[in-house]
Amino acid sequence: MPPAAGLARLILVEARRGGLPWLAAACLAVGLGLAAFLSQVALIETRELQLAIVAAWLRACAVFLVAAFVATRTLREIDDKTLELLLALPVGRPAQYLGRLAGFALCGAALATAFALPLLLWAAPGAVLAWGFSLACETALVAAAALFFAMTLVQPVPAIATTAGLYLLGRSIAALQALTAGGPMGEDSLAGQVARAVLAAVAFLLPRLDEATRSEWLLYGAPPAMAYAAAVGSVVLYLVVVTAAGLFDFARKEP
Amino acid sequence: MERGRRVPAWVLGLLAVSLAAQIAWHAGHSPLSHAHASLPPAPPPEVLRLADLGEDPAAARLVMLYLQGFDLRGLDYHHLTGWLRDALALDPRSAYPLFAAARVFAETSDPAASRLALEFVYEAFARDPDRRWPWLAQAALLAKHRLKDLPLARRYAAAIRLETRSPDVPAWAKEMEAIVLEDMNELEAAKIVLGGLLEHGDLKDPNERRFLERRLEELEKRVK
Repeated sequence: MPPAAGLARLILVEARRGGLPWLAAACLAVGLGLAAFLSQVALIETRELQLAIVAAWLRACAVFLVAAFVATRTLREIDDKTLELLLALPVGRPAQYLGRLAGFALCGAALATAFALPLLLWAAPGAVLAWGFSLACETALVAAAALFFAMTLVQPVPAIATTAGLYLLGRSIAALQALTAGGPMGEDSLAGQVARAVLAAVAFLLPRLDEATRSEWLLYGAPPAMAYAAAVGSVVLYLVVVTAAGLFDFARKEP
Repeated sequence: MERGRRVPAWVLGLLAVSLAAQIAWHAGHSPLSHAHASLPPAPPPEVLRLADLGEDPAAARLVMLYLQGFDLRGLDYHHLTGWLRDALALDPRSAYPLFAAARVFAETSDPAASRLALEFVYEAFARDPDRRWPWLAQAALLAKHRLKDLPLARRYAAAIRLETRSPDVPAWAKEMEAIVLEDMNELEAAKIVLGGLLEHGDLKDPNERRFLERRLEELEKRVK
């Protein structure tokens, strides 16, 4: 088995032993309980209400579980000096880094699959497949970001906080831009122009996560192929950017 | 097997007392309800979009669940229609805000408030007539039977006839205007509307065509 694949397998085993499947099962149980509760309070569109809320909940759970698992697992490796030991092995650093990332991305893909399956109760298989694959890409991006920040910042709270900040900004930047385009900020004042320019500059550096894993796909059918490819493609492109940044940082790391 | 250290008695006592106090505190409070609270003004939809982190359909439905919790009596309908507009802006394909406006909020005993809810439906209908006509039809019925405002009912019914284009819109919805006009005793206008429907309306059902023709004949007799 190549060293990178061995490292990826090790991470999957650790995720299983560390209780990640139980946490995922708990998230699913809460989601299904929420759906049962919502079916009692909706006046109409019960299916849509259940689907929209449960999908939003499961998406948030998947992202949080992956980010927390990646950051804590990586920092434990650093604290235990296991990383130093691994760096001394005759295995290339890119292979080590990519092996780790592959393991985390596979954990994310497993979570995305587990979380997409119950949505088949309410949505068409094609729409669920589109949503689930997009979520797998999204969790891979979150894993890459958490790995990068954990390796760089070497502290759990800053690593998780920056990953969460990047993710939340990625999901809200379009809404922020829309907010500054209207109202008092939308006027041609200097403050409005500066705010819009700053947000546009920040948006260039962020993934468009608001376009990915949309619950509209589950409610109203999978999007056109081109729109879907653009949404998922932008996530994958950002995943490559973050991975490249992580490889650069890891190559410079002192043993 | 190694046993853990003994926990000091005062720690156990503190845990038991604080837990009992917590349960007693909650037992003394009724569940949180905002039924009698006043509905705040609706924020702009952009603010809700920012808060929902891209989960617009979920936010739209949560807004509706939030509104459902209010008691209709004393509810500020200007604020209410603002929230309904927000919900519709977040998910324009959702029927929930229109259903709630036409079937729940418009059925209040306050005619002015009811009119505000119906106007929200009329305003929303204009932006997507082929999808939203059922709620305007409901609004026309409410205007006719509950508010006894036949000109308002006619305005809504006329909008359905004039603005819908989809073949899925049933003929009875397009015929509502004629029925309202008859009730208004505007027989000549009703005759013109029915004649127009027979001439240009997409009537596929022969029974329906015969029914309308009979109706038109009756009207012509009454006009004479």
